[in-house]
Amino acid sequence: MDANTDRKAWMSTLAKAPAELLSRLWADFGETPEFEFLRTPEVGGAMVRGRMGGTGAAFNLGEMTVTRCSLQLGSGEVGHAYVQGRDKAKARIAALVDALMQGPQADVVRATILTPLVDHLQTQRALRASKAAATKVEFFTMVRGED
Amino acid sequence: MYVAVKGGEKAIDAAHSWLAEERRGDTAIPELSVAQIREQMTLAVNRVMAEGSLYDPDLAALAIKQARGDLIEAIFLIRAYRTTLPRFGYTLPIETERMDCIRRISATFKDAPGGQVLGPTFDYTHRLLDFKLAAEGEVPDAPTRDTTPGPVPHITEFLNKEGLIQTEADSDQTPPDLTREPLELPAARALRLQSLTRGDEGFVLGMAYSTQRGYARNHAFVGELRIGTCAVEMEIPELGFAIDIGEVELTECETVNQFKGSKVEPPQFTRGYGLVFGQTERKAISMALVDRALRWKELGEDFEGAPAQDEEFVLYHADNIQATGFLEHIKLPHYVDFQSELELVRKMRAEATTALREAAECA
Repeated sequence: MDANTDRKAWMSTLAKAPAELLSRLWADFGETPEFEFLRTPEVGGAMVRGRMGGTGAAFNLGEMTVTRCSLQLGSGEVGHAYVQGRDKAKARIAALVDALMQGPQADVVRATILTPLVDHLQTQRALRASKAAATKVEFFTMVRGED
Repeated sequence: MYVAVKGGEKAIDAAHSWLAEERRGDTAIPELSVAQIREQMTLAVNRVMAEGSLYDPDLAALAIKQARGDLIEAIFLIRAYRTTLPRFGYTLPIETERMDCIRRISATFKDAPGGQVLGPTFDYTHRLLDFKLAAEGEVPDAPTRDTTPGPVPHITEFLNKEGLIQTEADSDQTPPDLTREPLELPAARALRLQSLTRGDEGFVLGMAYSTQRGYARNHAFVGELRIGTCAVEMEIPELGFAIDIGEVELTECETVNQFKGSKVEPPQFTRGYGLVFGQTERKAISMALVDRALRWKELGEDFEGAPAQDEEFVLYHADNIQATGFLEHIKLPHYVDFQSELELVRKMRAEATTALREAAECA
């Protein structure tokens, strides 16, 4: 655990969050604070790498779309976002949340935005896992009657 | 003499307008939305992402709609789009052992730890048309069973513990990137894998099938096939540390192949590897077989002259956008080229006719 672990976790959550849910939670949070863009939302790609044989050296698998954005709040905190997909509004909200998480409102932001997002992602993950578990094969050996 | 020809703008505009109308089809039938294609034509979307080499389900669905369901045309649209994207960076290699699997089967170990999980598969269906789908209706919820989501170990690693399978070499070398430098031979395995994962499914399948039928036979078992989602991590320069920038669904196939050993290696199993965006298991298995066939040199095997062992043949013909671009260009105007051919044939015919006549007169 280092000082960045917490920030890494919330930025990762924001990157994977469904845009619609994030924007609804953001609207519920309230007023958009005063801010200035350091980098206006920009759509680009990242080259995703895999490992040969799953465990070996890296190879280039293909790209994914990513939108990034950087901004600074009136109170001075700098927020960054790198989020999956091409949603500029989502990147802006994610950067705002990142900036607010470094200021005095962190606890409120965590409770109203991040915790519901984490819960949502975990619920989705658990649902898929439980559907997969229902398709797990139970083998049984036939009695062959040879002895 | 070369005469530049202009024209056809009106015809082209009219053709494209008609194309748009045909794309829409009968207006009495509701129009397909991009979201409908994304959610209900998932495997087509997955193929377009894999071969378009860009993971974005919404864009792939849009491309399929625009291409009227022609998947190679849709892949073309995605490839063209991706060249417009600024490259933010290269991600850390995905750790597939941390995949949240929805499917994970092994043809080699019945009792593999983690179990055989079938997932949403076409396997064991009867391949009979289901006319119930022609009628609208609610789909019952899939059954669930309590479980704790968590990573599932790679099956080949159990063989690796005994030293029975070749260990994958790790290295910190920056892998070559097809999208940055043109393909040059001989290609490193990293470049071959990049080329195969975006290669045409039909072509890679045909190559893989040829190895099963005896061209460079390398009898493959599916050691493991898994489908699921993996987080994608990237170092962010502004931050100085890595974050997840999203997650992708992947299909991974590891084959276990017989290997009698060589001068430098004891008898052991070897691997073929397939990793493809989306739920694309036919492609992932095919990729693993072709990967294994192309490894003959490093494993000290004989070159049997089989197409699947010939990296120049495989890699230069696997890309359906290159192939279709070159193939389809021959339908575009070649009036000047053809004019010269025509004149050449006329000239040769005239010469041949004269020669024949002279020969007849001499006789």
